[in-house]
Amino acid sequence: MIARDRERPAAPLPAGDSSGVPAVEVHDLTVAYRTQPVLWDVDLDLPVGRLIAIVGPNGAGKSTLLKAILGLVRPLTGHVRIFGEPYEKRRSWVGYVPQRESVDWDFPTSALDVVTMGLYGQIGWLRRPSRHHREAALACLDKVGLADLAKRQISQLSGGQQQRVFLARALAQDARLYLMDEPFAGVDATTERAILGLLQELRSTGRTVVAVHHDLQTVADYFDHVALLNLRLVAAGPVGSTLSAENVQRAYGGRSTVLTHAAEALLGQAGGATEAARRLGGNGG
Amino acid sequence: MELSFTAKNVLIGSTLLGALGGALGSFALLRRQSLLGDALAHAALPGVCLAYLITGTKAPLALLLGALATGLLGSLAILGIVRWSRIKEDSAMGIVLSVFFGLGIVLLTVIQKLPTGNQSGLDKFLFGQAATLVREDLLTMAVLATGASLAIVLLFKELKLLCFDPGFAASLGLPVRRLEILLTLLLVVVVVVGLQTVGVVLIVATLITPAAAARQWTDRLSSMVWLAAAIGALSGAFGSLASASIDRLPTGPVIVLASSLALLLSLVAAPGRGLIWQLLRERRAAARIRRENLLKDLYRLGEEGERWDEFLPRPLLMGIRGQSASQLARSARPLARSGWVESAGDALRLTDDGRREASQVVRNHRLWELYLRHRLELAADHVHRDAEAMEHVLSPDLTDEIERLLGFPRIDPHGRQIPARSGVAV
Repeated sequence: MIARDRERPAAPLPAGDSSGVPAVEVHDLTVAYRTQPVLWDVDLDLPVGRLIAIVGPNGAGKSTLLKAILGLVRPLTGHVRIFGEPYEKRRSWVGYVPQRESVDWDFPTSALDVVTMGLYGQIGWLRRPSRHHREAALACLDKVGLADLAKRQISQLSGGQQQRVFLARALAQDARLYLMDEPFAGVDATTERAILGLLQELRSTGRTVVAVHHDLQTVADYFDHVALLNLRLVAAGPVGSTLSAENVQRAYGGRSTVLTHAAEALLGQAGGATEAARRLGGNGG
Repeated sequence: MELSFTAKNVLIGSTLLGALGGALGSFALLRRQSLLGDALAHAALPGVCLAYLITGTKAPLALLLGALATGLLGSLAILGIVRWSRIKEDSAMGIVLSVFFGLGIVLLTVIQKLPTGNQSGLDKFLFGQAATLVREDLLTMAVLATGASLAIVLLFKELKLLCFDPGFAASLGLPVRRLEILLTLLLVVVVVVGLQTVGVVLIVATLITPAAAARQWTDRLSSMVWLAAAIGALSGAFGSLASASIDRLPTGPVIVLASSLALLLSLVAAPGRGLIWQLLRERRAAARIRRENLLKDLYRLGEEGERWDEFLPRPLLMGIRGQSASQLARSARPLARSGWVESAGDALRLTDDGRREASQVVRNHRLWELYLRHRLELAADHVHRDAEAMEHVLSPDLTDEIERLLGFPRIDPHGRQIPARSGVAV
């Protein structure tokens, strides 16, 4: 049911106005939750029209990086540019797929309703989704092979189907840059194939996809570029040259504890100094 | 029934309050902020007392403004605690609730000890006293209800997205913070309006109970909001009418009891989500599994030595799964009605249709065993029990997929034949 003909491939993007400018530029980005540093001095340019994986161990700041790009968390220092402009100016160019676990799937709403939410930005204030919007949303559901389940309450969908509903919602945004938080997490083989096909289709029409990814085994197969993250940026570039054993070891082989503690001590000078001292005394975070 | 002027006021007021509480409570419930309404209500009590101490009057407007002030202060305190400490939201609400309520009770005691305070009657705010509603109160309520309904209707899709996925809402550029504040403000308004009728202690029930009841009956947010408003309104009307016709029956608690009854009914009887339906589903599934097991047992016995035409004695069949005669009969009767099993005296056998039916259960069982054995590399003596459960839930499509993955095997791990898929749809 996934191999449904895709009659309406997304139109290729007009080239020109932003050529040469990276899809995402991250400059000197530092983010902290209270005294806990989550991202430290990240500088990163992500090229247009590529599938890009953000990879790193648990707590490396992968999701936070996505949220910082989206302006959902406020950085301590640094800034982000989307196609050369601040996020506020490029909002309509960006599609977002949050982690599936971040919402309550028992919410009283249907699959089609969720996909229609991707169009709320276009629909605007005080107006209801029209038949035209509903049809557009249904076409997106069809692209992920779920048109038959449009009316179904979202808790009645399998995990993989829920993930595809989220992807369809992002497709409805018709964006140039897609930011996805663990799109492959906990999905069945059918969904994994469907998502991969979708990513490749997005790339073939000039879209850029940045996805947090947890499976090192498949990074090279699925993605063109990779950014290895562990609090700091360890390495970034084409998968072939970047995903070396040495870089992976540097990203996964234990966090630089000195840096973590130093950052905590610095951030926690006012109220959190004792907390940092406690952590330094213990086995670290 | 002839209603007095006061009773009419109470009826209109309680109905309005119920509708408003139900509609807004739906959003609070879905945002998991049920406790927020409770905290706000308790936080309003010291405001009522302070307003009386400062102004020296019991003018409703002054008291309600006081309630509004400390209610808002309480909600700010919750936000502040969550933001600036490591305390989680539920604990923050608990802290604010008890601190403000404690303060309110202390102030109430102080007021009662004042020479002028004996008859102040502020304690009616604890449990509410709907009979004190006057025309101006109704007017205030009507204005607030109109404003809140307008906000819900105009901002419906934004509020829906805010409740479902605030992160995505923010990425679209929706002013999530301001929408959250709007929802909290509306909640404070309902609480303050409801203080006089239902009181500090029970007001949260007018928010949560109708919403929770409505959730049971529908899977659409818009229907849920309407239904919750209707349940709230009906409970309000019922409570006020009951207290008008029966002497000394308090309005607020009766309203809460009425909506609780609606909730109880919904939890038990609502189609799909209700307890009765769940029980029925489970029983139906169990009965189906027992029938399929009987088909399978008959198939296995028939398969041994190709004795398909032989009638098998019931005691033999009962022995396989330790069933009583009546348990066996409960499974055999519907199978006979479907024409899959026929009996002769005290013995049973499969018909041709029944054999085809049974072969599909056996097919599921054996393919699953093989899948566990070869794909997951479990030992042959470990796979049977798992297949006993899976054979009843595997769809024909999934079984076909397994068959394809395994390269269309013919023999199961125990050396028995795997039946082919039959074209008969059941």
